[in-house]
Amino acid sequence: MLSNFFLLMKHELIIAVILFLLVIIKLGKERDQAGLLSLVNVLLLINLVAGLLFNKEGSLFNDMFRNSSLAALQKNMLNLGTLIISLQSYGWLKRHAHALEFYMLLLSTLLGMFFMISSGNLMMFYLGLELSTIPLAAMANFDLEKRRSSEAAMKFIISSAFSSGLLLFGISLVYGTTGTLNFAEMSPLLNGSPLQIFAFILLVSGFAFKISVVPFHLWTADVYEGAPVAVTSYLSVISKGAVLFVFVSVLYTVFKPLAGSWYNMLYLLSVLTIIIGNLFAIRQNNIKRFLAFSSIAQVGFILVGITGSSLEGSSSVIYFILIYIFSNLAAFGVVSVVSDVTGREAISDYKGFYKTNPVLTWILTIALFSLAGVPPTAGFFGKLFLLMSGAGTGNYVLVTIAALNMVISLYYYLRIVKIMFMDENENPMARVPIPVLPQLAMGICILGIISTGFIRPLYDYIYSLGIGF
Amino acid sequence: MQQIPIEHILFVSTALFFIGMYGLFTRRNMITMLMSIELILNSVNINFVAFNKYLFPGKLDGIFFTIFIITVAAAEAAITIAIIINLYRTHKSIDVEDATELKY
Repeated sequence: MLSNFFLLMKHELIIAVILFLLVIIKLGKERDQAGLLSLVNVLLLINLVAGLLFNKEGSLFNDMFRNSSLAALQKNMLNLGTLIISLQSYGWLKRHAHALEFYMLLLSTLLGMFFMISSGNLMMFYLGLELSTIPLAAMANFDLEKRRSSEAAMKFIISSAFSSGLLLFGISLVYGTTGTLNFAEMSPLLNGSPLQIFAFILLVSGFAFKISVVPFHLWTADVYEGAPVAVTSYLSVISKGAVLFVFVSVLYTVFKPLAGSWYNMLYLLSVLTIIIGNLFAIRQNNIKRFLAFSSIAQVGFILVGITGSSLEGSSSVIYFILIYIFSNLAAFGVVSVVSDVTGREAISDYKGFYKTNPVLTWILTIALFSLAGVPPTAGFFGKLFLLMSGAGTGNYVLVTIAALNMVISLYYYLRIVKIMFMDENENPMARVPIPVLPQLAMGICILGIISTGFIRPLYDYIYSLGIGF
Repeated sequence: MQQIPIEHILFVSTALFFIGMYGLFTRRNMITMLMSIELILNSVNINFVAFNKYLFPGKLDGIFFTIFIITVAAAEAAITIAIIINLYRTHKSIDVEDATELKY
């Protein structure tokens, strides 16, 4: 019984142990910063490896906490992404006086996401969501003396508090109409009455805030630009990915009886998200803002996949998020190294980047190709499966709009590649030295981008775990 | 003794929710915006308690949820106030109109 408990909550318990360990280290005597950072990275690596072993399915605490192979896979993906971000932010954290506090906040958000993914109850879901957003606001403010950082944190906390207010009002109405908070008991009681539809709209808007779907996306670019690069990459990949995982499973299992209504909502939201994300990405001058709008557009493509509501729907979304972790983190890795050494983040600063930093240029180019979906990279396969899943319902208008928007997105991704390779610049950025750990992180990302698309067993495995109807 | 009908209570909570929303959209002072968010959360609390008392008196889900919302709201307020203090240090103002560096 007890070993059952430990195995089922393995991911969460390991994170909690690491958190306590960090608190104890923080309370102890002053230590060498570089050694501490390596220690934390080793702990995260152990966390990743331990997450892969001894998986068990089952539920705990009266069905409030459920673990399944799918949840374990999603948690492992988040663990991998967190490790990559931790390796990338080495240069920034090494000079920061509060590196350990950063990791404490980071790991508590990760713990919240794990609980959210495993939740079998709306209350657990809400608590996990709050645990994963409240520390993130503190992380967005981590460069305390920077004006932009505090402005970003202010915008983030207000919009996320408002969105959780909407979500909670939706949950309360769902509770009022069904009388239960348990996902499994709730599903058969959903009958599509107007009050339930209203509650469901509120719930979806709460979700849409967190994954920055278009009418609710206004905080995204500001927060991404103002927050430190490590936090931006965490926000855009890990936090968004975790909420998307839960969104898919909640829509496909709990809100299955309302499928007729959410299909049209997702249709509208995805068209709006892709078009507006693309149009705004074209006119950006700051590379972090540019990546923010590109990530909004990517979420639009993910929504196209979700409308599929079949086995392909959920598996293509999970597969795409895995690829998205690699490609977006490779791009953010380059941005973070450059911004850490030179402090420059404007796209025009990258003119003539190839002359001085050929390696970083190639990494960024491969990452952007993967984000755009150019064939040899994994991004192509991810987008292909998403659109295939969207086409499965026979809605070819949506798929055509998405495919046309992929052409537009190719334009703005290639614009950056052109600026780096072809534009002349009298005084390009000096050569940027890359520390060992970020090198390792970029290596993992590039390997992931190139190989993920070709490993068939990986997609088959994700497909075998998929949920759909 | 005659009970207050549930419709009246739901009317109050929904009104409180939209008053909070209105306050959040019109006020420009960070502290007042935080208060508006607390109004939204409190309207949810009223909803939960009313549903639990009137419709599902045998269960305790709603009451428990209320306790958790109050706790989380306290944590959220603590972080928000810390962020507001830092905003004041960097901008010398807690008016959201003065934080204008990040646009479009």
